[in-house]
Amino acid sequence: MIQIDCPNCGMRNVNEFRFGGEYNPRPKEMMNVSNEEWADYVFLRENKVGVQKEWWYHRAGCGLWFLAERHTKTNKVESAYLWD
Amino acid sequence: MSLKLIKQALNGKRPLSRMWRHHDLKESYDVVIIGGGGHGLACAYYLAKEHGITNVAVAEKHYIGAGGSGRNTAIVRSNYLTPAGVRFYDESLKLYEQMSVEFDFNVMLSQRGHLTLAHSDGAMRTMRRRAEVNLLEGGESSVIGPDKIKKLCPPLDVSDHPRYPILGALYHPRGGIMRHDAVVWGYAHHADRMGVHIHQLTEATGIEVQNGKVTGVQTNRGFIKTGMVHNATAGWSSIIADMAGVKLPITTYPLQALVTEPLKPFLDVVIVSGSLHVYISQSDRGELVMGASVDPYASYSMRGSLGFTEGLAGHMLELFPSLSHVRVMRQWAGLCDMTPDYSQIMGFTPVEGFVVDVGWGTYGFKATPSAGKRMAELIATNETPEMIRPFRLARFYENDPVGEKGAASVEK
Ligand SMILES: Cc1cc2nc3c(=O)[nH]c(=O)nc-3n(C[C@H](O)[C@H](O)[C@H](O)COP(=O)(O)OP(=O)(O)OC[C@H]3O[C@@H](n4cnc5c(N)ncnc54)[C@H](O)[C@@H]3O)c2cc1C
Ligand SMILES: [Zn+2]
Repeated sequence: MIQIDCPNCGMRNVNEFRFGGEYNPRPKEMMNVSNEEWADYVFLRENKVGVQKEWWYHRAGCGLWFLAERHTKTNKVESAYLWD
Repeated sequence: MSLKLIKQALNGKRPLSRMWRHHDLKESYDVVIIGGGGHGLACAYYLAKEHGITNVAVAEKHYIGAGGSGRNTAIVRSNYLTPAGVRFYDESLKLYEQMSVEFDFNVMLSQRGHLTLAHSDGAMRTMRRRAEVNLLEGGESSVIGPDKIKKLCPPLDVSDHPRYPILGALYHPRGGIMRHDAVVWGYAHHADRMGVHIHQLTEATGIEVQNGKVTGVQTNRGFIKTGMVHNATAGWSSIIADMAGVKLPITTYPLQALVTEPLKPFLDVVIVSGSLHVYISQSDRGELVMGASVDPYASYSMRGSLGFTEGLAGHMLELFPSLSHVRVMRQWAGLCDMTPDYSQIMGFTPVEGFVVDVGWGTYGFKATPSAGKRMAELIATNETPEMIRPFRLARFYENDPVGEKGAASVEK
């Protein structure tokens, strides 16, 4: 079982949170991307083994969406912080 | 038979010498299949059997069947929701139906009947639609009510007491379970006899690509020259694709299962509840084999969690209150390669000589024969067989997803 250090609430059990998928920034020039670039953005994922930057939502807590860095093999959460 | 067994026990001779042999790595192969699960081995088998291509290596980093192929709950059926899905899975089920004879090896297919329970009007509508699609495509299933369900499965609580009462079910008589290890070993044995090299403890660590074309595979046992690499690594497929510079629409999630202590035979159908996300069958040894949906977050870890056991037990007791004193014996996890439209990805990639049979998520065991057969056809003919065209990688760029909500552990 892993714990996550919510930037608002501190260490909490992972069951309080909802996983939001790997961090996948939108193309900067949204109006000018080709269909292919858009499909890449919408569908393709790194899905890597190692430390992954990803979204989490404190569903049963403060309701914050934030970023965390977690190792996808050990599930250890290295850090959690606000998006800016 | 028993006399033969006693003789063999005394003189130490086994009915089969090794089921597959060990080989040194050759310098080059016509086809290198990465991943020695059912899919990779089936592809090797059909390449040799139907296309005469035998200069084939299967590279498996652990032992064959170490992945999902040896960890699944072995449910087979063909009553999917999309016509493309039904056609594909029905071919697969037919191949399974003839497998014991084809292999001269008992894969213990038990078509005991498969029931998908519906607990809401919405679910009932989906069941009716699935039944109609199945009727059209020859997959065979029908919607039945609580009375008939109770007849098929007496221990099930079909009263209106549970939080999610059972309104009906999609009944699929040809669905059932089988022995997953036997499928892996059967394919391996016969592929081996036709000349395929099965390399266990052989991990692919890199794929060499020159001018957009595959030229070889690096492994922990040395380099293999080849112009054709087939990625059949399911939960690990993003890692292998990355070696060839290909990115896939896949996220890897663990899926857990458990078995209870053995009981006297009391359950002779497979029961699935989409809304409660649980399913159950009784093995030939009497154990109850149960599963639920994928873990709540993506991971390559194969550890079990208490949350899974608790959640599963809670839902299972809604269906079978009489199981409340049954003890859990073992629990395990495997990795599932989930795609955005709950459908597999089969076929060519932008890199020439690099093909994939991935994205099998929680549903790939039942697909093993057909996936192997069609991927072998694709590799041998260098063309996409019509049956698997809907599952091509390019669908994500052509606004043409499959949308298979009839898949396990996803239906709501
Ligand atoms: C708990 C559980 C229950 C399931 N229940 C069902 C079910 O009831 N019915 C159903 O149809 N499906 C079910 N599934 C899904 C099914 O098990 C899989 O979709 C299917 O087994 C995939 O088979 P495969 O041959 O493609 O992959 P796998 O069997 O996973 O084989 C992939 C292989 O690749 C190897 N590999 C990985 N990386 C490398 C590398 N770098 N080099 C060499 N080899 C490598 C792995 O060791 C592994 O052996 C279930 C899955 C799980 C986890
Ligand atoms: Zn919080």
